[in-house]
Amino acid sequence: MENKKLFNAGFFKHIRRYTMLIALVGIWFIFSFLTEGIFISPRNLSNLFVQTVAVAIIAIGMTLVIVTRNIDLSVGSVAALAGAVAAFLQVKMGWPTASVIAAALAVGILIGFWHGFWIAYRAVPAFIVTLASMMVFRGLVLGVTNGTTIAPLSDSFKAIGQSYLSPHLSAWIGILVIIAYVFLDFDRRRKRIKYGFKVNGLVFEILKLSLVSSAIAGFFAIMVFNRGIHCAVLLVMLLALVFHFIAEHTVFGRQLYAIGGNPDAAELSGLNIKKSVLLLYVVFGALTAVAGLVLTARLNAATTSAGQGMELDVIAAAVIGGTSLMGGEGTIIGAVIGALIMASLDNGMSLMNTNITYQYIIKGLILLLAVWVDIATRNKA
Amino acid sequence: MPDGYILQMESITKDFPGVRALDKVTFNVQPGHIHALVGENGAGKSTLMKVLSGVYPSGTYQGNIIINGEKQSFRSIKDSENHGIVIIYQELALIKELNITENICVGNEISRWGIVNWDESYLKTEKALAQVGLRENFLTSLANLGVGEQQLVAIAKALSKEAKILVLDEPTAALSQEEAEGLLKILLKLKAEGVTCIYISHRLKEVFDIADEITVLRDGKTVGTYAKQELSENKLISLMVGRELVDIYPHRKRLPQEVIFKVKDWTVYDPAVNKIISDVNFELRKGEILGISGLVGAGRTELVMSLFNAWGRRISGKIFLEGKELQINNPAGAIKAGIALASEDRKRYGLVLNEDIKRNISLASLLKIAKASIINDNEEIKYAEKYTSDLRIKTPSIEQKALNLSGGNQQKVVLGKWLMTMPKVLILDEPTRGIDIGAKSEIYNIINDLVSLGLGVVVISSELPEVIGISDRILVMQEGRFTGELMIEEATQEKIMRYATGRIKETGVNQDGK
Repeated sequence: MENKKLFNAGFFKHIRRYTMLIALVGIWFIFSFLTEGIFISPRNLSNLFVQTVAVAIIAIGMTLVIVTRNIDLSVGSVAALAGAVAAFLQVKMGWPTASVIAAALAVGILIGFWHGFWIAYRAVPAFIVTLASMMVFRGLVLGVTNGTTIAPLSDSFKAIGQSYLSPHLSAWIGILVIIAYVFLDFDRRRKRIKYGFKVNGLVFEILKLSLVSSAIAGFFAIMVFNRGIHCAVLLVMLLALVFHFIAEHTVFGRQLYAIGGNPDAAELSGLNIKKSVLLLYVVFGALTAVAGLVLTARLNAATTSAGQGMELDVIAAAVIGGTSLMGGEGTIIGAVIGALIMASLDNGMSLMNTNITYQYIIKGLILLLAVWVDIATRNKA
Repeated sequence: MPDGYILQMESITKDFPGVRALDKVTFNVQPGHIHALVGENGAGKSTLMKVLSGVYPSGTYQGNIIINGEKQSFRSIKDSENHGIVIIYQELALIKELNITENICVGNEISRWGIVNWDESYLKTEKALAQVGLRENFLTSLANLGVGEQQLVAIAKALSKEAKILVLDEPTAALSQEEAEGLLKILLKLKAEGVTCIYISHRLKEVFDIADEITVLRDGKTVGTYAKQELSENKLISLMVGRELVDIYPHRKRLPQEVIFKVKDWTVYDPAVNKIISDVNFELRKGEILGISGLVGAGRTELVMSLFNAWGRRISGKIFLEGKELQINNPAGAIKAGIALASEDRKRYGLVLNEDIKRNISLASLLKIAKASIINDNEEIKYAEKYTSDLRIKTPSIEQKALNLSGGNQQKVVLGKWLMTMPKVLILDEPTRGIDIGAKSEIYNIINDLVSLGLGVVVISSELPEVIGISDRILVMQEGRFTGELMIEEATQEKIMRYATGRIKETGVNQDGK
């Protein structure tokens, strides 16, 4: 009886971890069938990844923000402002690309301080602070752009959002990633053995490595067979890895989860909640600015309406990816998968020429369904 | 009226998972009397009242409730209120943002077709306020009233529901002496008007002042019902605490060494600027277990939380650790200095429930297992394994979520977290609350081992046998002061109860706790 219970708990835990990945594969399968294979073509999938970029970058940070029981509604406006400042400095003032990137990041960081100050040190609910920012910074976007579109950008700026690495180089990167993964995994295994902990059997380990390696290879192959890796997609992969590491393996990341899981216990355990939340918003501001730069580069222009409504896609991506709005739970990889699901729905329904009316309705219902499935399985696990 | 009782509770038994909270309790109340219900913390008084009021609906307990000779089975609070039973809880169920009238009428609005008739409401409120002798405008906001006045509003609200049996759970716990006396006068006046009253209090003097009969509960059983004249204060105390001591306390010969921790002139106010801790002084020696006893609400938790700078305002006083004065600005500072505090409420202040054992244990010592802020996962597993086996935490793996552990094992995880910080002084607030006797015994053994390693340990406990069973020395707290100090050789439950319940003037103030 006891054993059966444990088995069930373990079973649900595993199912939960992969629910959204299974959902993503399911969605791809359905769209491939409905579009007679157009959806699954390397060209379309490659496009899909590019479409995911901006939302995915912000969703990575939004996950951590939601983990601490906070929220950020201003990301659309902040991304637009960072892009507008960058475009303004380049087009109107003639700044070189490196300088405008630095300026955009500075804008994001400053806004992060502003949010962190009000939320952590003045205890104003994040919902209100960032709702205010959503309006304030949209206003500033209008001010900076003077209500018009600022274009065109220099080639080096555009490259952030439009260029591809050559298929050759892409293939090599893919191979390097696989080698690095295998090396790190064995290094981890070696250290665990040194500590005298139990490790998986060698056969199982090799089986796991080959499975993951072929998944990585497949992912890179999609892009190699199209035009190579898109720069922005590479950026997302890098950021996802870095933030996954921060979330799981650094003191800062760990403390964010404890703060969200139980702020009272975290404080009594000596954590400085205010400082952590401030720092998180600063990092998140910079991340949002990066997304703004990618968005601007891809459009080759800063527009007044850039990023409008983006906050909802981002929050939906984080939540579909398993982030709990109650705090304390959520993963970076989940958020990226969530962003891919949202983008897949957009992409697939566009390919099918679905009426925009139904697109909205279907996306909304799927968000509702995803969260309900999450809550229902959570209670069992 | 048959049998002459307005209320009869017959052989009430109530089980919680693993614990029998009430065991065939019998409780009979005569009409128009003030009937006191007394017993130690955890004796079952509140549970019994929750059975009476329908908080635990009919069917979740065994036994009969008979009102005016008729058997009743209440399914909700509303049910019991319809039969004239109204309970006023320790934490008042009032809404601070609303005014007196709104508070009195909420849930029983005088309305027609959903539209409130305010004039009628004001009239009803004025009548109720007059009954309890509260001279306040019916539009005054609750936030502007003192605790004593709020207490009166709660009683007025109960009367406006036409309460026939009024139950007061520790109504004077938060009141000053004068406020308490005022309240007792009102109760006597209501009695004269024919209201029956069940009065729960730890203040034995009040009980003797106003009660007609006294029922004593102990360990979920009825000890007996006595007319006030039959009892003396001493007799009552021995009835309350006179249980058999099960010997689960490992007592080893200990020789406390030099003073390691010292608190001087400690004074703390709550956010509403009431003085909660006044001029407290105490010392703790290396290798000593210092017990702090007292009733719920005496200020023990507030004292230790304020030492951590995690509670209270306008904190003043000095803390010395190993002879050096400490400036503690936040819990992090206290932990760094070598003080650990395991809170009485482990779910709220001790654990991150949705995280696993491993992460809970490492939570307060992340820097210790990190290099350049990057956590060494293997070190973390090592520590988690160490404390899981040292403290005998029963779990299939260290990746088990804290949520899924039993109370005893959860408490051990909290202990593991604090031991990992390598404290010199360990403060344990109600370390065995809500855990079974086997786990209790294990926790006592752990505490004993720690003390023999040279830690100084402070144990706050409301359970008298426990505090006597494990301490070397006991300080008794009442209303934010230490009212007595007992070496273990001289400590008895009666002496502790006397210090804990007596009025300060009678027991004499022994402020430096020596």
